[in-house]
Amino acid sequence: MPISADHIKEKLNAQFGDGIISWDDASDILALEVNPSINLKVLTFLHDEPTLGFQFLTDLTGVHYPDQSNKELGVVYHVHNLKENTRLRLKIFVPIEKPDAFTATGLFSGANWMERETFDFFGINFIGHPNLKRVLNVDEMDYHPLRKEYPLEDQTRIDKDDEMFGR
Amino acid sequence: MAEQANIALPEGSLGKQTTTLNLGPTHPATHGVFQNILEMDGERIIKAESTVGYIHRAFEKLAERRPLYQITTLTDRLNYCSAPLNNMGWHMTCEKLLGVKTPKRVDYLRVIIMELSRISDHLICNSIVGVDTGAYTGFLYVMQYRELIYEIYEEVCGSRLTTNMGRIGGFERNFSNTAFQKIEQFLEEFPKVWKEFENLFMRNRIFIERTKGNGAIAAERALNYSFTGPNLRAAGIDYDVRVHAPYSSYEDFDFIIPVGTTGDNYDRFMVRGEEVWQSLGIIRQAYEKVQSFKGTEAEVYHADAPAYYLPAKADVYTKMEALIYHFKIVMGETEIPVGEVYHSIEGANGELGFYLISDGGRSPYRLHFRRPCFIYYQAYEEIVSGTMLSDAIITLSSLNLIAGEMDA
Repeated sequence: MPISADHIKEKLNAQFGDGIISWDDASDILALEVNPSINLKVLTFLHDEPTLGFQFLTDLTGVHYPDQSNKELGVVYHVHNLKENTRLRLKIFVPIEKPDAFTATGLFSGANWMERETFDFFGINFIGHPNLKRVLNVDEMDYHPLRKEYPLEDQTRIDKDDEMFGR
Repeated sequence: MAEQANIALPEGSLGKQTTTLNLGPTHPATHGVFQNILEMDGERIIKAESTVGYIHRAFEKLAERRPLYQITTLTDRLNYCSAPLNNMGWHMTCEKLLGVKTPKRVDYLRVIIMELSRISDHLICNSIVGVDTGAYTGFLYVMQYRELIYEIYEEVCGSRLTTNMGRIGGFERNFSNTAFQKIEQFLEEFPKVWKEFENLFMRNRIFIERTKGNGAIAAERALNYSFTGPNLRAAGIDYDVRVHAPYSSYEDFDFIIPVGTTGDNYDRFMVRGEEVWQSLGIIRQAYEKVQSFKGTEAEVYHADAPAYYLPAKADVYTKMEALIYHFKIVMGETEIPVGEVYHSIEGANGELGFYLISDGGRSPYRLHFRRPCFIYYQAYEEIVSGTMLSDAIITLSSLNLIAGEMDA
């Protein structure tokens, strides 16, 4: 029996109140955005609360929205309650000047490399991570390539005109 | 000594009692490009440190500039032992975002191909475990049937390893009679071969002693490490995306989820072996379902999604709408709806997820692949610490690590 969205909302709203910024029912998975300062508290509550039990971290990744001032970088968690077969998407947004979030490695061993990957590509600083260094790119790299300010193609090229086609 | 005086050695490295051993990045036993720095006490591993990323190709960045159908070729190169699974997982993700409903016959054809690729993946993995324990014969024997599976792919889409199979909404063409004949041939011949292959290993004392009790991971640790697929099921958790979140009409099929108990190399071998039998059962059911379509229904091989599915060439020359759609699709000018989807399939190695964020442009705003290999390889350091080097090699192959999937 999937856990009802109302139950999840009720529990989290009662526990965190203002810490929860918004809910999103419209997507394929129930999603919520919380204050970045409580991301670990929310994950721990989701993990430990007996009627919720989101104890499986499916995925953790980042996303960059350059136009959202002070909330440029996002971290998206997908957690799963395998027993009740319910998924939940948790998002936090942090400013690009100070991209700090708390690590989930204490809760999920699997978060280790996923957070390293997110650090590697987006530069999110996971506070308390045991080994926060690049995982896929070379250690000498001095930028975070999946941020939107790094276009895929060399912008100095003048022989190609992409205005009409593609993006 | 004098000419080496300028070499800076780490502090304490001359006096230490253990040996540092580099396993990889290119080593025949790792079956892929990744490095393990092992700290050895004699033959026993004390500490392992994994380095990955040697074949990182920035697929997620590339995907941000490509129309949806061009991303299929990127997914081929994730787990290249079962490329059609990745292709179809991606197509289903697109269909979820675009709201395209596929006909039943397409679902069943997809199931046939997906289960064939699961078999081809598992037979590589299991036979490589055999090779690493010293039995080359099984590997060469089953290779013949991977070849037959590749011939089926070839008949369906024209290519073998990196298949780029199917389109958003279905297949690019209907299955030919030869394809069906080859599927029949496979269903008839392969069970005998697989039985014989299993007989070589399952009760072989050398094999059992090399694999049983080695490379074990307990169920709680496996869950904590976000294991999925056969590696999680070998530890005793019956999580299978095909059952928990059925896609492509998997709810129409009867099959069981094999589970192990200890999560060691032997259990992983056995779970994969049994999954092949289950896959064969699913293919047989799907084949019968496909054959039961009659008349025009038996000609259906794609969904009605004109804005995303390339029209037939004859229509392009004669019908205006078809010409418009053809132009828009080929030029990548189709705007995709705004939205956010996560879709996952049961890949050969576990839950293969696609997290797609669209802002309404012509290509994804952000695409993230949940790659099971990348996620479970981080447990390798914990699994092999304290074991023998020769067992660590078997653990590596029985986890079925595919470097392409790990590094994306």
